[in-house]
Amino acid sequence: MQLRQLFWSSDTGWRLGALLIALCVVTPVVTLGWLAFQGSVDHWTHLLDYVIPAAFLNTVLLLLGVGTLVTCMGTGAAWLVTAFTFPSQRILSWALLLPLAVPTYIVAFAYLDILHPIGPFQSFIRDILGYSSPREFRLPDIRGLPGAVFLLGFVLYPYVYLSTRVMFATQAASLLEAGRILGLTGRGVFLKVALPLARPAIAVGVSLALLETMNDIGASEFLGVQTLTVSVYTTWVTRSDLAGAAQIALAMLAIVVALILLERHGRQRQRYSNTQRMRPVQPKRLKGSAAVLAIVMGWAPIVIGFIAPALYLLNETIKHLHVAGGVSAQLLQSAFNTISIAVVATLVVVICGVVLTWAARSVRTTSPYALSKICARVSTVGYALPGTVLAIGMLTPLNKIDDVLSWVASLFGATSPSLWLMGSSAALVCAYAIRFMAISVGGLESGLARIPPSLEHASRLLGETATGTLRRVHLPLLRPAIGAAALLVFVDTMKELPATLLLRPVNFETLATWLYAEAARGTYEEGAVAALTIVLAGLLPVILLARNQLKSGH
Amino acid sequence: MPDDLLKLDDVSLAYDTPEGLLPVVKHLSLGLEKGHIGCLLGASGCGKTTVLRAIAGFEPLRSGTIYLGNILLSSPGFQVEPQERNVGMMFQDYALFPHLTIEKNVGFGLRQWDKDKRIIRVRDMLDLVGLSDVAKRYPHELSGGQQQRVALARALAPEPELLLLDEPFSNLDVDTRERLAFEVRDILKNTGHTALLVTHNQAEAFAIADRIGVMEKGVIVQWDTPYGLHHQPASEFVADFVRREALLAQRAQAYLRGEGS
Repeated sequence: MQLRQLFWSSDTGWRLGALLIALCVVTPVVTLGWLAFQGSVDHWTHLLDYVIPAAFLNTVLLLLGVGTLVTCMGTGAAWLVTAFTFPSQRILSWALLLPLAVPTYIVAFAYLDILHPIGPFQSFIRDILGYSSPREFRLPDIRGLPGAVFLLGFVLYPYVYLSTRVMFATQAASLLEAGRILGLTGRGVFLKVALPLARPAIAVGVSLALLETMNDIGASEFLGVQTLTVSVYTTWVTRSDLAGAAQIALAMLAIVVALILLERHGRQRQRYSNTQRMRPVQPKRLKGSAAVLAIVMGWAPIVIGFIAPALYLLNETIKHLHVAGGVSAQLLQSAFNTISIAVVATLVVVICGVVLTWAARSVRTTSPYALSKICARVSTVGYALPGTVLAIGMLTPLNKIDDVLSWVASLFGATSPSLWLMGSSAALVCAYAIRFMAISVGGLESGLARIPPSLEHASRLLGETATGTLRRVHLPLLRPAIGAAALLVFVDTMKELPATLLLRPVNFETLATWLYAEAARGTYEEGAVAALTIVLAGLLPVILLARNQLKSGH
Repeated sequence: MPDDLLKLDDVSLAYDTPEGLLPVVKHLSLGLEKGHIGCLLGASGCGKTTVLRAIAGFEPLRSGTIYLGNILLSSPGFQVEPQERNVGMMFQDYALFPHLTIEKNVGFGLRQWDKDKRIIRVRDMLDLVGLSDVAKRYPHELSGGQQQRVALARALAPEPELLLLDEPFSNLDVDTRERLAFEVRDILKNTGHTALLVTHNQAEAFAIADRIGVMEKGVIVQWDTPYGLHHQPASEFVADFVRREALLAQRAQAYLRGEGS
């Protein structure tokens, strides 16, 4: 019994599970570093001379542009709906989140067509101005770096809006009033008090938006911006150069680490300032032209980031369905693929999340086991890994595992080696699990934190094991947290493009890859249907977010 | 004493902190006879709750042994899992399962029992604490005192050899607290249970316990009957602690009388 005690307590299984998951998550990152230094020196010099400088510059410019735009729009919008009240301000406060439902590649896809020289918008402008053909008048092309900055900014600003809005709504009131009393004007209060207060929140929001920018492959590709992400993809897919792709991916990783540090820094400062609880700000009522201006400024991001592309997609979908009388079998197949793989990935992510958080819970019967906590932390790094980087890191381990599995199968009489993981969608599920683990771990951790530790103690003393306690007490109590996490993971999986492009089996299409292929071919027929489906699914988590925000606002 | 049911011998406990081990309880020994109610009395932070957690199996021992009857429960590097100890516990926050009805809460520990026996046992326990009429309700629909009694019924249902009570009355208002303390004592005495209570409230300790251990800084200063504590305090600290509490109680009563007139 002594021995059993030393090596196996009722938590041991959970800890081993957590360790295993953490190892799976770190493997791609480690592999990446290893691969990058496998390539010959020639490789490095070629990449350093020709590929990386241009792509690096493009990426940095894109990040700087998007960063500036989302900071201004997100903070401005948050201040607008916090400090002022005007018609439609209540609706705005949640509607400003809507562009989150539109993935970057879809907004690019939609605007390429909307802003096409013979598309609806430019024709409309020409009609007004009295020109008859695109040769006489055309707007600057949306393709290129400025267009990419513009479009990404309008769908990614909600990250900044969300974090700063919470900040303004919960803490600033007394300090802002103090600023007023000390003689600052409205603008002075914003610049000298609100903005410095919101800096940590802005840092968190911007870093999330920029991680999303790093992850983007579709928009940059459609708009013809050669970013690092696009370079990774082309280096691997068109030149089959894994070491080269890994080297570029490593460069991306350096940027990602910088962004994570920015986010951590912001969060630490946020925690610091959260210790003071304050009343909400008393908004100032706007009238007349000021109110009109506020309405225009508040609704513009929503119109550009959500309403226009959504209406366009809806219109195209209706047109297509009218002409074709239905959707093609391939599209239905890819919709089915998307949903079934999203369901499997969601299950895997939620189950892994339960294992990780349960193993790392602070309540336990023996002394705290720091390793499980580290496992839970490590397992969440995936959210920061751009999909392409993750995929490149996974290729080698997956091939190795396939080799091992083939060898095992040959022992049982199988003749030819086959691609067990790479050839099936198991590789994709792994990638989704790694990428979205942070969502379920985060959600379940905060869910567990709300359950008093004495409940587990009570259950244990009433004769339940740790696992039995999880089943009979904690899982039922965690149901809302699990549901929310599952929804977020499901929708993010549906939207995922970069990793899916690299890791999917041959001829396996999801809605996102189908859209990508259509856009790449320049055939826009059914892309709109796929895009609209993804946007509609993307609305679900936005509704969830908006509801939480309204709840906390009252 | 050889016939003690609960025996703690030379027990030391410590917390793992980033700065290293922080000793909480030092070389503590005590014995509790079967059918007796013991009490650890002390200010917050003296380590009394940690002792309770160690008996329940939630804290590893740094030295010493804990025996229940002839069974070794804990020693350094060894712990019987909490669910295998046959020890029940009542918690400061009651720890009722919010998603289960009162009936299911009380029956939680009886999963291994026959269905018929289980139903009878749950009904008996609810009768014992006088709550048969709320069996189908949920914990949040009950008052603090009622929740308290559900917690007692739930802890006693699986027939534990030893019942631990962690500041069981501290969340109740003064009137309910006193009434419940006597009620709990009667129930425990009538059913012949052995129990160990932890509290910082001297009145509670003296109302309930057969044996009281006054704790200071992780050490039991005196383990004695209430009578012994009052009349032969082992040290200046005990005398002071007991007297000060008494003085405070007197002053409170005088204050209440003054308010009343």
